[in-house]
Amino acid sequence: MAIRFILLVNKQGQTRLAQYYEYLTLDERRALEGEIVRKCLARSDNQCSFVEHRNYKVIYRRYASLFFLVGVDGDENELAILEFIHCVVETMDRYFCNVCELDIMNHLEKAHFILEEMVMNGCILETNKSNILAPIQLMDKSS
Amino acid sequence: MGSRLRDMIRAVRACKTAAEERGVIAKESANLRTAFKEEDQDYRHRNVAKLMFIHMLGYPTHFGQMECLKLIASPGFPEKRIGYLGLMLLLDERQEVLMLVTNSLKNDLNHANQFIAGLALCALGNICTAEMARDLAPEVEKLLHNNNSYIRKKAALCSVRIVRKVPDLVENLISSATSLLSDKHHGVLIAGIKLCTELCEANFSALEHFRKQTSSLVRILKNLVISGYAPEYDVGGITDPFLQIRVLRLLRLVGRGDADSSDIMSDILAQVATNTESNKNAGNAILYECVLTIMAIEAIGGLRVLAINILGRFLGNRDNNIRYVALNTLIKVVAVDTQAVQRHRTTIVECVKDSDISIRRRALELVCALVNESNVKTLTKELLEYLKVSDPEFKPDLTTKICYLVQKFFPNKRWYIDQMIKVMVEAGRFVKDDISRALLLLISNAAELQGYTVRSLYNAFQKWDGQESLAQVTVWCIGEYGEMLVHHMNELDGEEPVTQVTEADTVDVLELVLKDFRASSTTRAFALTALLKVSSRFPSCTERIKALVLQYKGSLVLELQQRSIEFTSILSKHENIKASLVEKMPVLDEATYIAKKVDAADVAFSTDSKSVPATVLPAVPVANGPTKSKSGTNALMDLLNLNVDEASTPSAPQTRKSAGDVLLDLLGGNSSFTSPLVASPVQGPSGGADALLDLLSIGNATSQTTSSPLSTLEPFPQRNPEAASQKPSNPVPDLLSQNTVSSQKDSYSSFTADFKKSSIPGAGFDLLGDLGIGSASSISTTGPVYPPIVAFQSSGLTVSFEFSKQSTNLPATVIHATYTNTSSNTYTDVIFQAAVPKFMQLQLEPASGNVLPANSSGTVTQVIRVNNSQHGQKSLVMRIRVSYKINGQEVLEQGQVNNFPPGL
Repeated sequence: MAIRFILLVNKQGQTRLAQYYEYLTLDERRALEGEIVRKCLARSDNQCSFVEHRNYKVIYRRYASLFFLVGVDGDENELAILEFIHCVVETMDRYFCNVCELDIMNHLEKAHFILEEMVMNGCILETNKSNILAPIQLMDKSS
Repeated sequence: MGSRLRDMIRAVRACKTAAEERGVIAKESANLRTAFKEEDQDYRHRNVAKLMFIHMLGYPTHFGQMECLKLIASPGFPEKRIGYLGLMLLLDERQEVLMLVTNSLKNDLNHANQFIAGLALCALGNICTAEMARDLAPEVEKLLHNNNSYIRKKAALCSVRIVRKVPDLVENLISSATSLLSDKHHGVLIAGIKLCTELCEANFSALEHFRKQTSSLVRILKNLVISGYAPEYDVGGITDPFLQIRVLRLLRLVGRGDADSSDIMSDILAQVATNTESNKNAGNAILYECVLTIMAIEAIGGLRVLAINILGRFLGNRDNNIRYVALNTLIKVVAVDTQAVQRHRTTIVECVKDSDISIRRRALELVCALVNESNVKTLTKELLEYLKVSDPEFKPDLTTKICYLVQKFFPNKRWYIDQMIKVMVEAGRFVKDDISRALLLLISNAAELQGYTVRSLYNAFQKWDGQESLAQVTVWCIGEYGEMLVHHMNELDGEEPVTQVTEADTVDVLELVLKDFRASSTTRAFALTALLKVSSRFPSCTERIKALVLQYKGSLVLELQQRSIEFTSILSKHENIKASLVEKMPVLDEATYIAKKVDAADVAFSTDSKSVPATVLPAVPVANGPTKSKSGTNALMDLLNLNVDEASTPSAPQTRKSAGDVLLDLLGGNSSFTSPLVASPVQGPSGGADALLDLLSIGNATSQTTSSPLSTLEPFPQRNPEAASQKPSNPVPDLLSQNTVSSQKDSYSSFTADFKKSSIPGAGFDLLGDLGIGSASSISTTGPVYPPIVAFQSSGLTVSFEFSKQSTNLPATVIHATYTNTSSNTYTDVIFQAAVPKFMQLQLEPASGNVLPANSSGTVTQVIRVNNSQHGQKSLVMRIRVSYKINGQEVLEQGQVNNFPPGL
């Protein structure tokens, strides 16, 4: 009952950020990402945002050219995860001022810091944007 | 030196092909390696960032792991920050390196700076191992009471991980977790409630404790629901939906099976269910969770009606996401209130035809849950209609489900047969072996329908397009009931009239299957047997059949070649017994089939889990069970049975079921002669016995003439005759009884015999022979006898030792350790370690497997050899350690064994 992984993928299917909350070997990851991305990207807009794959349920949402995919196990509230993805995007938006693919690529560690404040060990930790960004902005200021 | 991170990203993005990208990464990785080797202090930070990028792209980065540890140990915050991030991304809990970081973590947990302590908590919460959890739990527990909310919330989630790793720490955390429930900060609350949930799931007494806290949970929820606009946690007009969902989930846990707490929460649940806005996703998420909770707890009827109505609304929603969760929830509701779900049946069946596969899958599952005796006809009709047009991706699922429904709820046998034929025509290649096998079983048991069935199958076969199952079933039925097809026997009322079918037409079908490139060798084997069977009933075609069978004497498929040669021999040389040999099969016995299925499932499990073969062991007693109660001849038949099942599993699990069984069935046909229980229709007992003997000798002869490689490679068919003919029938029951006597020596010897047999698939030849040798040798070599002991016992794991010692070598002891899992969780990755004092030598042989099924349903055994150099002066002592995983969580147990019997 938790988030297993969070993936950010662009329209071409290239991974732009990957955070796993369980151990998978490199090969398993590559295979999993490939399969899931292919499945999700092939779906049309009016299909639902949930895809079942192996023992995961993938909840995805598209923002312009970026896909946000969250893999959860069977028992998670799909709609809540959908809402959570939106919360992640809004937070990144606030930090990067209109986040785009390049922001995330060039500031990969920042994107990870944001996620780290929001999710820990697959559980949602914080959803208030100011609380999430405070430590990161503090660090930016000092450096 | 190397480039900047941005330059590297640019270079990667500029790559046009995957090969180009690999080149860039290889170069960068090489640069990073040298930089790490040169202890490049200034750029370490940047280098680790690069490493993360490379890792994300899916390239190996293990060489940078030490760098992360160095960064973590450095005093500056930015370095630490990136170091910890690298730690969480690049390392995982399985790596030894992780041990090195324990000390840095401990220091950082106690750091005065909240962010550094937060970092350490976060890292610990994401990757800690059981050992680290044990070491650092006291620190984390202290932080749960820290006055800084930033620390508290992280400590709470960190504790979640710790509890998962080390379940016995639950008790220590209950009171701290309870105090978190009165926190004001939402972050702390959401983490704290998660911790409570985790504790409740892990431990029953914790659940009892939190049941008493129901009112505080209700208060939290009430505050969220009735408080006005709270800007800092507002999502579309709803206050902190994430927290609301968490609370609802914990309420579900405490309310399930507990009337008192269910009662306390029912008001607030009603309030949430009625007052939450359902025009936004966040509101629907809460409603969804609320419905789940209402359905799970001991709710009163009114509340349930409310929940069902919400689901009805969801199901009618235009948004696919909402419909998906509605279907998903209804599946869970079916068990509680089938009537309520039946009301939405038409909508649900429509969803099976939706354009979205996610929705289709859910709907199909739901439909299956809804089917009962009264509606199976209409629903199956709907599904069959849809099977025709559904897309290929969905067909396997749909087929399996339809077969399952038909099998489970059929109102009469004729309907069953009709539906199955329809399914096989539409999607025959997705019909699994066991399903067609069950169909055959049913046909065999329905004497009045056999004529009808074979005619329907013949008609259906005109549309044959390579469907495996259709071919197999048709061919089998023609083999058995071919004459009914030709002579229109047993016609039913309202049966479609068939145009005249001649004997030649029937053989045409068999020939078609035999020669079609799409038919698998198993199906061809079916066809060959069917040819043999009809040969005596269709005298006009005998010569043609002979020619057809003979064509396969040079087949590259061993099974076909063998059948061809054996059948040719029967057809040409044994005309006198042929008629009785190819007599119709006796009615297949459902009970044996089921027993066999259980058996097969057992064996299949052991091959699936990839554990070392000795896990086949549990299957032996099952198969042996009935033999004791039956007469000698029956025991022999069963032994043949057992032998086939056992021996064929390691090498040919695929073909075994069908191909192996067919020949066995052929033998089984004769079993009616030897076994007095089943009456033979024509033949007297003596002639039957002759026939059996003859057949055995044929089998034997062929195995000799076709040279030895055949007999070593080919696992099943002629092994039965061989095994049986080598041993006179008398000693067989004796051997069996010897096998089942549970004296220590014998169980050992049978174990070794089995082990030997199953570890070398090809050599698992002669069960009887092995048994004989096994028991003989054990009697001659074993020395004094020692009582077995239970060396170690914990809540879920039992380790027992049995000893044997050779009188010629007293210091040496062979210990046979058996591990049993009495808990309800399967243990995987089981590793047993042992240590002895210096004056002894210890040798551990590989264990029979590394998976322990739950509820003592299987064991793992291991041989331990100990040599006690001070034998007679000092007795054995041993320290043992067993590690295993429950659902991926590592668990370690250890103990000392002091209760060895004296004299070892």
